[in-house]
Amino acid sequence: MLDRATSALRGLGHRVTSRIWRLGFASRFFLATLLYSGTSFRRFFLTIREIYFTGVLSLIIILVSGLFVGMVLGLQGYDTLQRYGSSEALGILVALSLVRELGPVVSALLFASRAGSAITAEIGLMKATEQLSAMEMMAVNPIARVVAPRFWAGVISMPLLAALFSAMGIFGGYLVGVVLIGVDEGSFWSQMQASVDFREDIVNGVIKSVVFGIIVSWIAVFEGYDSEPTAEGVSGATTRTVVTSSLAILAADFILTAFMFRGA
Amino acid sequence: MPNEPLVRISDLNFTYDRRPVLTGINMTIPRGKVVAIMGQSGCGKTTTLRLIGGQLKPSQGEVRFDGRVVHELDAADLYAMRRRMGMLFQFGALFTDISVFDNVAFQMREHSNLTEAMIRDLVLLKLNAVGLRGAQNLMPSELSGGMARRVALARAIALDPLLMMYDEPFTGLDPITMGIIGQLIRKLNDALGGSSIIVTHDVQESLQIVDYVYFMADGKVVAEGTPDEIRASDKAYVHQFVWGEMDGPVPFQYPSAPYREQIYGATHA
Repeated sequence: MLDRATSALRGLGHRVTSRIWRLGFASRFFLATLLYSGTSFRRFFLTIREIYFTGVLSLIIILVSGLFVGMVLGLQGYDTLQRYGSSEALGILVALSLVRELGPVVSALLFASRAGSAITAEIGLMKATEQLSAMEMMAVNPIARVVAPRFWAGVISMPLLAALFSAMGIFGGYLVGVVLIGVDEGSFWSQMQASVDFREDIVNGVIKSVVFGIIVSWIAVFEGYDSEPTAEGVSGATTRTVVTSSLAILAADFILTAFMFRGA
Repeated sequence: MPNEPLVRISDLNFTYDRRPVLTGINMTIPRGKVVAIMGQSGCGKTTTLRLIGGQLKPSQGEVRFDGRVVHELDAADLYAMRRRMGMLFQFGALFTDISVFDNVAFQMREHSNLTEAMIRDLVLLKLNAVGLRGAQNLMPSELSGGMARRVALARAIALDPLLMMYDEPFTGLDPITMGIIGQLIRKLNDALGGSSIIVTHDVQESLQIVDYVYFMADGKVVAEGTPDEIRASDKAYVHQFVWGEMDGPVPFQYPSAPYREQIYGATHA
């Protein structure tokens, strides 16, 4: 009985310490990525190439999702607002929800599953097929050559994608609210312009998306680099990228929101 | 130090997870020679290569490359040393996202300021040496296993290394390709004037091309000699390995409970 209890306790302790150890390793990896980032900017075409794969190829899913999220916001928002006779405030509702919250958060979630998983799988497979090892033996640092450009591509792409998501969403809200339902076009746009604050809303939204970009890219490159070099290991790492970065995005969103919009 | 061997391994020990992988390894790789390290899978051959390349650090002992202790080099010196080494990985390890040409050009672009025109000429020379000049525009996914190995060989010799290391170069190849790779290893070594280490368990193929052989078992060097000495060896382990006998010092059975006991035993644990 006592034996079983101590071994359970020891197992728990082992799990906790190994998680903490891994977090420490991930942090050191993050620092190493920053340290070896010189190449990503000196030879910017390496990063541009990765921006194409992570950013440009994510455009379709981001734009289409943004449009639909905006259209749903238009429907739901109108339904609620017209009960209080303030349906002309639809523009504010759509714009603020998108710029403050849905734009950064939803596009980061989509980015994690579209691009983050691809980055993890690619780096993991490069490791499994000894490409990273071969690079090291050719006196090329894989963190500088493979990891850092992908990391920075993610950090650069994320706010741009979030901005496009929000813009597309506002267009979707306009389509449903103004074109379909018939909310007054003038008040839709003018109320939006009057109420959305550049510093409070837009800049804060951009800060959020930059933070999410760092989180997703960091997790994606780390999981790939740290994966077991087997088929099973790479698939596990890909799953972990999506799950961990989704949770991290939502948790970070709460913390950032608490700091940004307290009682404003 | 022209008489100093290119690589000297002395009293090398390596432990992984408290499990000894290599114990008391001593080897010398003379300049201009091709040396084979043979032994069963998992006996520590590849680990030895990784220690020479500085990808692992020894627990005890040292590896000297061209007179300098590998694990004492700082990152910059280690990278400088690796530029004078080439390594052929077991399955080629070609970069799958770029073409054959770009794979071979990779190191030249990373480490030199050569113009694209010069790089083009050099890449074609290297590809010609392995007989694949015509495949320069193919992607690695379009190559057969043997072609991939040859492209990887062209990539490894891109900067004319002083030391070439081959990790299981013959695995999974048909006899024709195997012969081609074997001849290439020998010819390239003599043309470049460097040294080569072949890690392999392909006895017959490698005995034809090497100058000296080290036999490893369980992380130790158990025999060494020239190919003729190895063929004539009466050591039980070497004999079993060279002639591919099923049972001998290396047992056929993985360690297990006695057969009868396990079959007729009351408990099926």
